[in-house]
Amino acid sequence: MLMKRVFTRPQKRVIFTNQLLTEINNLGVDSLGIVAFISMFMGAVVAIQTAYNIDNPLIPMSMVGFTTRQSIILEFSPTVISLILAGKVGSRIASEIGTMRVTEQIDALEIMGVNSANYLIFPKIIASILINPVLIIFSMWLGILGGWIAMTASGLVSTNDFVRGIRVDFEGYTIFYALTKTVVFAFIISSVSGFFGYETKGGALEVGQASTKAVVFSSVIIILFNLILTQLLLT
Amino acid sequence: MIEARNIEKSFGGHHVLKNASCLFEKGKTNLIIGQSGSGKTVLMKCLVGLFEVDKGKIFYDDRDFTTMNFEQRKTLRREIGMLFQGGALFDSMNVEQNVMFPLNMFTTKSLKEKQERVNFVLHRVNLENVNSLMPSELSGGMRKRVAIARAIAMNPQYLFCDEPNSGLDPQTSGVIDHLIREITQEYNITTIVNTHDMNSVLSIGDRVVFILNGELWWKGNMETILHTDNPELNKFVFGTELTSRLKQ
Repeated sequence: MLMKRVFTRPQKRVIFTNQLLTEINNLGVDSLGIVAFISMFMGAVVAIQTAYNIDNPLIPMSMVGFTTRQSIILEFSPTVISLILAGKVGSRIASEIGTMRVTEQIDALEIMGVNSANYLIFPKIIASILINPVLIIFSMWLGILGGWIAMTASGLVSTNDFVRGIRVDFEGYTIFYALTKTVVFAFIISSVSGFFGYETKGGALEVGQASTKAVVFSSVIIILFNLILTQLLLT
Repeated sequence: MIEARNIEKSFGGHHVLKNASCLFEKGKTNLIIGQSGSGKTVLMKCLVGLFEVDKGKIFYDDRDFTTMNFEQRKTLRREIGMLFQGGALFDSMNVEQNVMFPLNMFTTKSLKEKQERVNFVLHRVNLENVNSLMPSELSGGMRKRVAIARAIAMNPQYLFCDEPNSGLDPQTSGVIDHLIREITQEYNITTIVNTHDMNSVLSIGDRVVFILNGELWWKGNMETILHTDNPELNKFVFGTELTSRLKQ
């Protein structure tokens, strides 16, 4: 029922566009820092662990670059970063809408004749779907960069070997797979969090509970859909 | 004019409103009074459609609100202004954006016209030079006045006020009460005020309905309420030390 009210035509296009830009800033641009930090360090860790585990002289050191690329593109960036965004963005959406509910701001919208579900949740869903793929591509790039920095700084793998590994057997389909997952996860994060925020009843305590539920349910659904989408797209 | 006919509302088997019927007249401040938990907020929320009634009918000038669909209600709600207990101003917007919000949503006026209207209604509620302030920077009384300004920005036909004096000192409460009454008479609108403040009852109660345990117990006005022999109402009206001493 709620989703039926969310997915209706916005009442005023200009207002929707303004809200969309605001949400892209709030949900996407504001997340750049944490995404960059985690991606760089995780990329470095993946590369170091791979290099540490290669002790057979027959395996070329370019394998470190290859493994880092595949891990980052296939799983780390789309799934792990989406889980982190579920925590950061999901709690923000749920607490923002939940607070509006308990302070009667949503009732005020309804009394004015505004479809509050559409006004509050729809721009957030569209903004997430648009900005999350950008964040994930940014994360992929920084993850691989982090791996390269770690390898060259530690001297475990040369730049030539690492770059050769990154370029070997590259399939564009892996990017398609990662971005498809990202879009689905973005929808899950924003809609589940919007739902829990919108359905909040009570006061400050319930806003906190709604926020926690939003993060937990978004994360669980992301993990389930990760398996389903991987099965559908990679086998 | 708003009329409620035999409305009933219950939550999980608990009857909050029992066969309530009342008429709220145009150009008058109609007060709903009663103790906390008596059902007056539920009655108001049923009247504006935030709660669906289980039984009964609600009419806005002979338009049956209970049979309207979502879109029809949306259209009618553009004629409604509501002042919420805490003001319900949008935290992310400043005063001007809050008051301008309904104008942005439902009119095609130019920015200049909208700003003129915003300044006019803010002036009407005795607020000047507050356009750029955020709700968190306002006092309780200012918040209520901004909320009134937002409620009247679209020239509503019906004004609902849910406990407009809660959390305010007696002097500021008086200012808000008189503002509500002035606006009601000036624009000839149907105003319904939900309160348990006897000062409000005695100063602006053109018509008063008393609710007890979800039932309409008494109807009258600010004159007759002081001379009623209804024991439950007397207990409510003269329930404080001050009012009981005044009666003596």
